[in-house]
Amino acid sequence: MSIQDEVAVLRRIPLFAHIDAQKLKLLAFTSERIVYEPGQTLFLQGEEGDASFVIIDGQADILVDSPQGPVSVAKVERNAIVGEVAVLCDVPRTATVKAFTRLDTLRVTKAQFLSLLTEFPELTVEIMKILALRLTKTSTELSQARSRLLALERPSA
Amino acid sequence: MNSNLFSYIWQHTRRDQIWIIGVILISMPFLFLALDLPKAIVNGPIQGRGFMTPDATARFLELKFALPQWLGGSNLNLFSGFELSRMGYLVGLSFVFLGLVCINGLFKFYINTFKGRLGERMLRRLRYELVDRVLRFPMPYFKKVKPAEVATMIKDEVEPLGGFIGDAFVQPVFLSGQALTAMIFIMVQNIWLGLIAASIVLIQAFLIPRLRKRLLVLGKQQQLTARDLAGRVAEVVEGIGEVRTNDTSNFERADISNRLGRIFFIRYELFQRKFFVKFLNNFLAQLTPFLFFLIGGYFAISGSLDIGQLVAVIAAYKDLPGPIKELIDWDQQRQDVEIKYNQVCEQFSPQPMITAALQAPTPGVVANLSQPLAVSGLTITDDTGTMVLEPVDFALAPGEWVAAVGEVNAGAEITAEALAQLVPPTAGHIRIGDQPLDAISAAVTGRRIAYVGPDTYLRNLSIRACLLSALMNHPQRSLSGQSGLKRDLEEARASGNSELDWSADWIDYDRLGVADASHIDKRILKALTLVEMDDEVFEFGLRSQPDASASRAIETPILTARAALKARLAKASIAHMVEPFDPDRFQNQATIAENLVFGAALSKEFEAENLPRNRLFLDILAENALDQQLYDVGRKIAATVVELFADLPPNHPFFDRLSFVKPEELPTYKTMLARLGDRDYVAADKTDRGLLLGLALRYIEPRHRLNLLTDDIRTLIIAARRRLIERIRAGKSATVAIYEPEHYNVGSSLEANILFGRIAHGLADAPNKVHQAIRETLVDLNLRDTVLEAGLSFVVGNGGKRLTQAQRQKLALARALLKEPDILIVNRGLANLNPRNQRAIMAALAKAKPKARPKSGTTNEVGTVEKKPRMTVFWVLASPALVELFDRVLVFHDGRITADGTPAKLMDSSKQLKRLVA
Repeated sequence: MSIQDEVAVLRRIPLFAHIDAQKLKLLAFTSERIVYEPGQTLFLQGEEGDASFVIIDGQADILVDSPQGPVSVAKVERNAIVGEVAVLCDVPRTATVKAFTRLDTLRVTKAQFLSLLTEFPELTVEIMKILALRLTKTSTELSQARSRLLALERPSA
Repeated sequence: MNSNLFSYIWQHTRRDQIWIIGVILISMPFLFLALDLPKAIVNGPIQGRGFMTPDATARFLELKFALPQWLGGSNLNLFSGFELSRMGYLVGLSFVFLGLVCINGLFKFYINTFKGRLGERMLRRLRYELVDRVLRFPMPYFKKVKPAEVATMIKDEVEPLGGFIGDAFVQPVFLSGQALTAMIFIMVQNIWLGLIAASIVLIQAFLIPRLRKRLLVLGKQQQLTARDLAGRVAEVVEGIGEVRTNDTSNFERADISNRLGRIFFIRYELFQRKFFVKFLNNFLAQLTPFLFFLIGGYFAISGSLDIGQLVAVIAAYKDLPGPIKELIDWDQQRQDVEIKYNQVCEQFSPQPMITAALQAPTPGVVANLSQPLAVSGLTITDDTGTMVLEPVDFALAPGEWVAAVGEVNAGAEITAEALAQLVPPTAGHIRIGDQPLDAISAAVTGRRIAYVGPDTYLRNLSIRACLLSALMNHPQRSLSGQSGLKRDLEEARASGNSELDWSADWIDYDRLGVADASHIDKRILKALTLVEMDDEVFEFGLRSQPDASASRAIETPILTARAALKARLAKASIAHMVEPFDPDRFQNQATIAENLVFGAALSKEFEAENLPRNRLFLDILAENALDQQLYDVGRKIAATVVELFADLPPNHPFFDRLSFVKPEELPTYKTMLARLGDRDYVAADKTDRGLLLGLALRYIEPRHRLNLLTDDIRTLIIAARRRLIERIRAGKSATVAIYEPEHYNVGSSLEANILFGRIAHGLADAPNKVHQAIRETLVDLNLRDTVLEAGLSFVVGNGGKRLTQAQRQKLALARALLKEPDILIVNRGLANLNPRNQRAIMAALAKAKPKARPKSGTTNEVGTVEKKPRMTVFWVLASPALVELFDRVLVFHDGRITADGTPAKLMDSSKQLKRLVA
């Protein structure tokens, strides 16, 4: 797969939808293409985050540490981007990501990612949207979880 | 050192000086005869005196002396000579003249050679003596001297002394003899002309030295400023890190400029004065002939002087100013070198010097230091007079392990340095048994005591040589033949130099208990393993590229490892992570340049960046129609790069990932592309072709992913590769080590030889997994030691700078252990390691008791030769928590020992120790 194909993949990613092809080509050109075999780790929860990954092909597993060991919380597949939170907020990785199938990725370093953000306000807005959506989703899930927890506690009280 | 230069010279060269003066005296009559003969020729056969009639003859070579009256007054006829005609007489005299010229020339030749050798010998003696003194300087003196200045003094400043020494006695005798002969000769011819010559000489002798006084002062200044400059330059080089990190390079420039300016003005004035003196000298020398012509001519015309005499006087005068001038020169030089000699003497005579006897060469095995080491009333003050160690007393029993702890510079470090004799005690004693430490010969202390300080100086040698350097105490066995050695030895003796054979094998294998050099590596590895440096040396070994002779021995095992690695990768299902080198296939993970040259460059012109200028390489490209193809590839790369990067600011983070061109080169490519338009290869000029070819050669498809390589190009590249390999093989010299699957590659490191391929781009974790597999393969094949031995050839760099500080410390400890000392003194010797590693090394050390080995001994100064006991250890700990590994602890505080006892006891009772450990 060449840069041109990668640009085609990048264009299909909602986050990059509004960025012109030229810049996506630059992004692809300066990024490293990495293939993971099933079970290989992209990054571990708690690590320092130095890059995010655009999934070009395959499926990845998102795992979160729990008292019972790592638990799979979601699967992501092509056209998704993972690892961007740690890059954006300078926090340790919030989850572990492993390849579920053979996984083809484009590794975008922190410096590249941040410079894209400063150059393309559209991209920043996109990121905000995504993060806001995630926040909404998480809040909804949280309130649902709370009410279920309450429901569980009430009979015993 | 003798403080008077002349008595120093006389002391060492008396016999030679007397001999050469004798030779000079013998040469004098011949010189006189050579002066006298022109007169005889002119007056006799030429002007016809004594040949009044055409057939008159004269006696040639008649030797006849008129005996003085008191001996009877008769004539003594030694040789009656030949009867010769006027012409014959002329020929005879002319040949005698030629003979005398030859004899005088040979005398001069012999005298000069002899003098030269005399001077060189003395110079050699002097330089040797100076270095010998440096080796015996008292330790504190080294704080004051700048190495570069000492080196300059030994190398440059004593050089004129050497030149002078040959002339010291000879020159004045020779020259004054010469001048006197000429003077007397002139006097004999004509008293008036003689007086003229004498008075001019007196003026010269009076005036010139006065004018030259200032020259001497300038000369001395020049010497001092030049020495300072050498010291400064050395300081800049040694402190380059500080200069760079603080941006003081411009201050250094200004400082150097200022010094050079000073030197310039001194030298400029020197030259001006020198040339003025020269002018005056020449003028005076020419003034005399002027007077001779005028006054001598007058005498000749008036008849009181014959022409022959005048010619002879003028000829003789030619020999007068020269010697006089040189005599004056000699006197100047004498003053000059006496000043220099005194300066050097002063610099090289610090007190108290270590006596030569203590460092005397000692062959054989020295006795063990098996008696207790006792320190009593040891007091040390530093050079400002501050007391850094109050009187301390303690003793180390043989085999005892003692830890010294305390705050930094609370006294433990200086005590260790005193035990190693790096710092002289101000008061008090250190004794081993009943002998004072400073009276025990260096042969014993240097071999039986080991010291490891916080920083160790390593010479720019291999790790192996660095480690063995501590065992080079005395030549063990001669390696070279005897021929040629004898001359060297005699000459060394004549100049009082060391007569030890430098080229011998100095490594004391017996002391290590190994038979010869081939077993030494095992011992070294043992020591390195003990200090946990084996893994690092293993990595050095993998990355090393053994030279031709060393690689021959490891070829077979490395090829075995190559095959084993392949099998291992296949078994782990990661064979796809490495693309092997295959002469018949395109290597996708390598650049186009590597695909074409297909080997490791051994000469510069085949290194990747020089290929666009390599004639042979370009020819091959053209023959295989690749020149145009690669030009197009290069152009596409340039177009892509320019298109993508042209409007980015130069420090944009994306540039970090750009491997083809540097940001500052982008405009070049931009204008080039614009200029080329759609001109094809044929129309492009040579520079543009070279630039674009350079880009293409750096291209790796899986990495750069521009989709530029077609199967067609790949096929062409493989064909071109084959042709290029043929041509390289046919060449005279080895320019490229070609990759051959069945052969070891001499141009690659061990690791590259085992891998024999490229790790694939873009596969997660591939480099780690492959490296891991290589290491496991080597361990499985029992090749770890082979690689380690290759790693021992790693050159540590100037002062060991290619190693980390922790590695240098470990190396220093390994070197100390290799000596198998009786007493080991460690002064924060592992301070740069983390405490966990420090503990591991010390624990391993405590476990590894040296095995008892009977020694056939020589007489001993201290202790007796017996089976080897456990070594005594005095260790100034950087991590006080490690005291538990020792038998006994000394707690230092404020230059005093405040607690002394077993670690268990002191951990309870000593507040200071508790605080240090906490």
